[in-house]
Amino acid sequence: MNPLERYAPLIDDYDAFLAACERPLPSVVRVNTIKVDPARARRALDKEGIDYEPVDWHDHLLRLPEASPGTNWPYFHGWLHGQEEVSAVPALALDPQPGEKIWDSCAAPGSKTTQLSALMDDRGLVVGNDNNLGRLSSLRHNAERLGVTNLVVTKQDGRNYSLKPFGFEEFDRAIVDAPCSCEGTVRKNPTTLEEWTLEHVHSVAAVQKGILSRAVQATKPGGTVVYSTCTFAPEENEAVVDHVLETEDCAVVAFDPPLDSVSGVTEWEGDSYDPSVTDTHRIYPHLNDTGGFYCAKLEVGR
Amino acid sequence: MNDENKNVGQQFDRLPATDDDRKVEGRASREAVVDFFTERFGIDPAVFENFSFWEKGKGKIWIFADDVPNPIRVEGLGMTVLRTRQEHWKPTQSAIQRFGPHASRNIIELDGEAAATFVRGEDQELDWEGDWGYLIAAHSLGGEREPIGVGLYVYGELRSTVPKGNREELSPP
Repeated sequence: MNPLERYAPLIDDYDAFLAACERPLPSVVRVNTIKVDPARARRALDKEGIDYEPVDWHDHLLRLPEASPGTNWPYFHGWLHGQEEVSAVPALALDPQPGEKIWDSCAAPGSKTTQLSALMDDRGLVVGNDNNLGRLSSLRHNAERLGVTNLVVTKQDGRNYSLKPFGFEEFDRAIVDAPCSCEGTVRKNPTTLEEWTLEHVHSVAAVQKGILSRAVQATKPGGTVVYSTCTFAPEENEAVVDHVLETEDCAVVAFDPPLDSVSGVTEWEGDSYDPSVTDTHRIYPHLNDTGGFYCAKLEVGR
Repeated sequence: MNDENKNVGQQFDRLPATDDDRKVEGRASREAVVDFFTERFGIDPAVFENFSFWEKGKGKIWIFADDVPNPIRVEGLGMTVLRTRQEHWKPTQSAIQRFGPHASRNIIELDGEAAATFVRGEDQELDWEGDWGYLIAAHSLGGEREPIGVGLYVYGELRSTVPKGNREELSPP
């Protein structure tokens, strides 16, 4: 059985959803504003004869219908970075400011992390953490290539993250782009669903709850925490947010994502969630021709 | 000898402000690092004003946009900029791409074919009237000059130092 079938009751146009999941994903790059302004990057692509379409909701994102994003001059200069369109949403929801201290709990391989640095004009501090050495090396490589200088890379378990090395007690904002069952990446990795098990969904949800709890604890009163996954399972989305609403001092904040989305669900397989999860967002592949995504914005209690 | 006076490979140590402040033998000072970029490439020292400089591993210098307690044990701190503790200090490709646009000398401008040869990692014979040593290899892209990376110019030849993992087969722009 296709595990996506369990979501049929949640999705208005399930056939369109399934059809979108079977199409390959368009190749998208983000212009790295640490090194170049978007107009110059577009001029360079024009000059090389590389086709692209601007993404209408964000002038730093370009769709490349044909070219492989990694083999052209602008890419070599670190002006471009391959990043799925929908994965640009959580950093924008977090809205980090130059000079702030930001925690990215699950940073590797770093497309969102380096986007945070760019949004901060590469000033202040981004702590990019991951618990896997191989993935950390790709984070380091990408940050270096993109000219990021405000990133500290750490290797810790996000669930009991220690700020001891830094000499400060709390971050201004945190982002938890959690490890997940990745159902929403099926357009990029069609084999994802073959490995799907409900046991994995439950075990990864326990990890997600641990990391998101730590993120709320490690963020200052009134600070913002963004939670995102690339999966559809409510166990890994609304249920995780519901858990921290109960166990930590925080609340869901409404935000208006730049892409079409539907509200988070309050009921799933006999469980019900805090009504405020309707202010979190599900982005299905057929809504904007992207991968699948979930994103919630929280504010830490004052 | 305590840790304060030696280089510890697993941690980042902030560079001393000047050579006179140095406690660890052979460690470059912040002043010397900034002077290197100013003297060799004409980069205004003000460009580096709001950054801190760190060493992790012998001679590997990192530039960081903020500051943290010294020393610090983390996996990465900003971006690598320079390799010291050898006769000729060598800037990294990432440093040249990020800060090279502020440079005014020791820049070798490559035409399309030469730029493509350079990013393939190949050495090439080229005329150059200036100093031998590490140069900024640059070309024109998107209407302006843009640094590509670090070349070593010796004996009439520009040697590409593009790291193996970054080499690309690109058409002349």
